[in-house]
Amino acid sequence: MALLEARGVNVVYSTRRGPRIWSVRDVDLTVDEGEFVGLVGESGCGKTTLGHALTRMLRPPGHLDSGRIRFDGTDIATLEGEALRRQRRNGFAIVLQSGMNALNPVRTVQHHLGDVLKAHAHPGEDLSAAAVTRRATDLLDDVHLAPDVLQRYPHELSGGMRQRVSIALALALEPRLIVFDEPTTALDVIVQRAVMQTIKELQRARGFSAILISHDLGVVLDATDRVMVMYAGRIVEDQPSPDLATGPHHPYTEALLSCYADPRADEVHLGGIPGAPPDLSMAPPGCSFTARCPLAEEICAAHRPQLTKLHHGLVACHVRARKTPASPTDQELDHVR
Amino acid sequence: MSADPDTRRTDQHHPLAGGATAATGRPRPVVPSLVVTGVSKTYRRRGHRKNVVTAVDDVSFTVTGGAAIGLVGASGSGKSTLANLITGSERPTRGTIRFGDLAVDRLNARGLRSFHSQVQMIFQDPYGALNPLHTVEYTVTRPCQNFLGLSATQARVRVHELLETVGLTPAAQYAAKLPHQLSGGQRQRVVIARALACDPDLIVADEPVSMLDVSLRADVLRLLAQLRAERGLSLLYITHDLLSARVVTDEILVLNAGRVVERGPTKAVLQHPQDDYTKLLLDAVATPFADHGPADSQP
Repeated sequence: MALLEARGVNVVYSTRRGPRIWSVRDVDLTVDEGEFVGLVGESGCGKTTLGHALTRMLRPPGHLDSGRIRFDGTDIATLEGEALRRQRRNGFAIVLQSGMNALNPVRTVQHHLGDVLKAHAHPGEDLSAAAVTRRATDLLDDVHLAPDVLQRYPHELSGGMRQRVSIALALALEPRLIVFDEPTTALDVIVQRAVMQTIKELQRARGFSAILISHDLGVVLDATDRVMVMYAGRIVEDQPSPDLATGPHHPYTEALLSCYADPRADEVHLGGIPGAPPDLSMAPPGCSFTARCPLAEEICAAHRPQLTKLHHGLVACHVRARKTPASPTDQELDHVR
Repeated sequence: MSADPDTRRTDQHHPLAGGATAATGRPRPVVPSLVVTGVSKTYRRRGHRKNVVTAVDDVSFTVTGGAAIGLVGASGSGKSTLANLITGSERPTRGTIRFGDLAVDRLNARGLRSFHSQVQMIFQDPYGALNPLHTVEYTVTRPCQNFLGLSATQARVRVHELLETVGLTPAAQYAAKLPHQLSGGQRQRVVIARALACDPDLIVADEPVSMLDVSLRADVLRLLAQLRAERGLSLLYITHDLLSARVVTDEILVLNAGRVVERGPTKAVLQHPQDDYTKLLLDAVATPFADHGPADSQP
């Protein structure tokens, strides 16, 4: 069953001077109960903005221009004040990108956790010092941190430990959906592996839905059930992770995959993606990837491809969509959405 | 152009190879070797007179002229401390570091200054390594004037050549930009251009691509490999990413807690790792290809 359902989400950054930046365009997405979804793309493709929009964390000059976001049946796109605040308890949470720096340097870990637990407490909840400490200790235990971390300040912790504290903060209110925004980007490989392992364990044990945002397709494919690839504010491909790893549809996904190789192989060739993502203040009529695409044809620059069904997934590409044996009916499209 | 028959620089056609020699006025000698012998570095914890942290423990290796050596290890393995010792930013507690005839560990301020025209660093964070108030042109001009003593006009020509070398074309357009107007990959290219400006013999690159998008890494790595081939300079490449080490280095040293636990030709070490720590590093590499070991084997 769909826990989160977004339709036609557009996010714009607008200032009085300067152009309007369309960071997220016409995004439709669904996350099922207990599903672990990845959101992948280069810097500046709108993935963090989309994550913030879905958890209602956008701050001016960014705002939701249009679109519906249904979370467990409630339209959260228009919620304000107390109603929105209530959703943050047992609703949705986000682990911020700079989780390492998202902690207050002059407060202990205990203060951080206690603050969250108290601010969102149910009426009549036991908020005695002993009870809060017990719950905070349990949360640290969940992310494999020792109880003595409670008394420490952020600067006394390593990068991996700080990231674990950020995860504990997100878990504190027992959310049903957690957005992880680049949770391991600043960590070294061994710590990254351990933190991702913890995230996967927690997700499986507690059964919350999760969206993992990262530019690192390797990390995302390893952890998730399904991957959405974003380019220039749009979702260009959506496939189950194993299928995407072996059979990417969109040429952009293919290019992203070519950036990886096994360091133990006899011959190692690293691909890259020449050029840069397009300027998001413009709205070219065709596919945004045309300028960097090895398969580009005339139609690509003229008409924007829609997300269409291809095998087990969806792809927005004129050239690749032609591989479909028969064009899908609307009914089938509704089904995959 | 250099007439020195000893020249190791194979690329005499490259505009910069010739230009640099003309600019520096020094003939192209053989690129000196970096010889690190029994180097240790310990730090004393404040308030703990006897509590000593050993960041680097008895490390020895040689980077022969023109070679590319990788120092590989996780955070806290002592990689960056070694880089600081080699560039003379810190002095070893024990052991010696020689670059050609120069005893790096004993250089005074004046000696360090001339040493830095031979050894340059590329830093991890392209956002922090550039002064946000200086244009690209100013940033890259400084080493040209300080180390090579070029006039403003000569420096300007050289800066434009350098920007083209690192792929920032058209150079005139990038020269006038400020760091915030550039993407991460472009900034790292500016950092590389600045490191090349004084025509160094050795480049110490400390995690040069770890802050960049995966899609941009290959280009920057290719640039490093190409510069090394064209200019015959030596490269000390510091990373936790084994894939990038495989692409740019010939030989690697695996560091764990300040000690070298394994060393050898990069391909051989990665294909047949002997040390458990090397295996751990290899297992932690996130590749989209599922065949690299059981991902869920840990409890």
